[in-house]
Amino acid sequence: MLVLGAMCIALVPLTGATFYIQLVSKIMILAIFAMSLDLLVGCVGLVSLGHAAFFGVAGYLIAFLSPKYQAASFWLTLPAVLMISAALACLIGLLVLRTSGIYFIMVTLAFGQMLYYLFHDTKLGGGSDGIYLYVKPELSIAGSKVVDLEKPLQFFYFVFAILLGVYFLLRHILVSPFGHALAGLRVNEQRMRSLGFPPFPYKLGAFVLAGMLAGLAGYLSACQFGFVNPEILSWHYSATVLMMLILGGAGRLYGAILGAFAYVLLQELLASQALLGSLAKHWQLGMGVSVVLIVLLLPSGLASLFDHFGRPRPAQSGG
Amino acid sequence: MEFFIQLLNGIQYGLLLFLLATGLTLIFGIMGVLNLAHGSFYMVGAYLAYWLARQTGNMWLAIPLELAIVFIIGLILESTLYARLYHRDHLHQVLLSFGLILIFEELRSIFFGDDVHGVPVPESLKHSIPLTSTLSYPVYRLFISATCLAVAGAMYLVIQKTKIGMTIRAGSTNREMVQSLGINIKLVYRWVFAFGVTLAAFAGMIAAPVSSVYPGMGSQILIICFVVVVIGGIGSIKGAMVAALMIGIVDTLGQVLLPEFSGVAVYLLMAVVLLWRPQGLFKVA
Repeated sequence: MLVLGAMCIALVPLTGATFYIQLVSKIMILAIFAMSLDLLVGCVGLVSLGHAAFFGVAGYLIAFLSPKYQAASFWLTLPAVLMISAALACLIGLLVLRTSGIYFIMVTLAFGQMLYYLFHDTKLGGGSDGIYLYVKPELSIAGSKVVDLEKPLQFFYFVFAILLGVYFLLRHILVSPFGHALAGLRVNEQRMRSLGFPPFPYKLGAFVLAGMLAGLAGYLSACQFGFVNPEILSWHYSATVLMMLILGGAGRLYGAILGAFAYVLLQELLASQALLGSLAKHWQLGMGVSVVLIVLLLPSGLASLFDHFGRPRPAQSGG
Repeated sequence: MEFFIQLLNGIQYGLLLFLLATGLTLIFGIMGVLNLAHGSFYMVGAYLAYWLARQTGNMWLAIPLELAIVFIIGLILESTLYARLYHRDHLHQVLLSFGLILIFEELRSIFFGDDVHGVPVPESLKHSIPLTSTLSYPVYRLFISATCLAVAGAMYLVIQKTKIGMTIRAGSTNREMVQSLGINIKLVYRWVFAFGVTLAAFAGMIAAPVSSVYPGMGSQILIICFVVVVIGGIGSIKGAMVAALMIGIVDTLGQVLLPEFSGVAVYLLMAVVLLWRPQGLFKVA
């Protein structure tokens, strides 16, 4: 089924419409973002409401690192952005992981808001107006351009490749001893401790990795739109990604991908003037109602609909 | 003198935050529900004040009317939505209440538009007290502080000294035990929830003449309330009071002294408290 899904995505450019190519590129970036959050929410059971902070800060970083009218080198900026995202996640993780449960939700939210206000209220990144990334980073090997990120089609396949890469990386991590330890922490922290797995370093490891991958998504998103503003750091954005995750089904990585598609397509539907006329302006109302209904009626997400056929449920989705 | 005025403003803001945070911390501490839509009730309160003040022209009439409306909304929401989530993951509570935020915000946009509206101060509280020859302090702000203090005092008495308060405290510690003693805990939850959101709406209502009403006002204050609850300790009303005053003063003075970093100041305060005491200042056992 996964192969089928991947093929469906890969065939999108055949429609030939740049609109769809760009829309699906955007969705795939959000899917990477949602998967990074799934590592925390679905795997370790840490509900973060400040995950957009890493996404947003990475977007700002690439804008800061790029010279104004020249392309920055992809090979230099990406590692730099990832390193800084990881460092930031480590710093914040050291503080927020001292708490758990409801506290964790509120504290991650508060730290996210702190970074939001930092970019919103100070001149650092153009205040509430945001800043532009005029020229996209250049990806070249031995002096020749391999992928031109300015071209929608090449960008599309580039993001597609990264999406697959992140998916397989995370799947690999989840079945590793590290991943099993994380799943154990979600189920029973006390027992894991008595088995000789100190929770804190494992949680911090997951938090840093999740922050780094969110940074990767933020980097790609800034490349796509060539623009960043404080809204991508706000807690509304964090909650939106959480919404994608629950929509698709937390705890199974493909649920995050499914959720990103479902959310954006639902949003496009609710906001389409052709279908709903003047109501389209108030698409958030429909979105709010949808979220409430999904939480009440389909708490395990769309992915749970597929559980009955195909492979049995993977072990880590038991919660 | 300027400093004294700002300090008074800070205390007034802090007391207002207390009204909000106390509802949040009660709903949390007793039912274990994280209600992100708490800020939306603050917004609902403020917009109802704006609307009812124009309709009735009299704030003293509008207040009880509004409190009744919000209380009923609270009862309905608890019984139809929140009651289904007590045994579920926090994740679901977060998302459900986030969905409600979206709904409240859009309804606000449909009925009242996206403009900022001022709300008039009631005629009887319009004057100010002169402090020096040039500076004076508005009576309405003192009225806010006094009202909040009165509500806080009344709540303390109810929770610590009455039978209802005893039931609520017992219900937060051991739900099954209270139930087996013949008390309908579901009903207690419903009333506590409705009471908590009514407090939030009341805060929005009395704050409206000072802050005016604007889109997104609920989310903004919600986050600050979270900081208050985190610093004070979940479920602790005493902690909420201390933390709310701390945040109110830090935020107000911060806006005067370091306007660019005032948004960050309260979060830094929270980070320091977390490093020192991860469970907040007044942890409820």
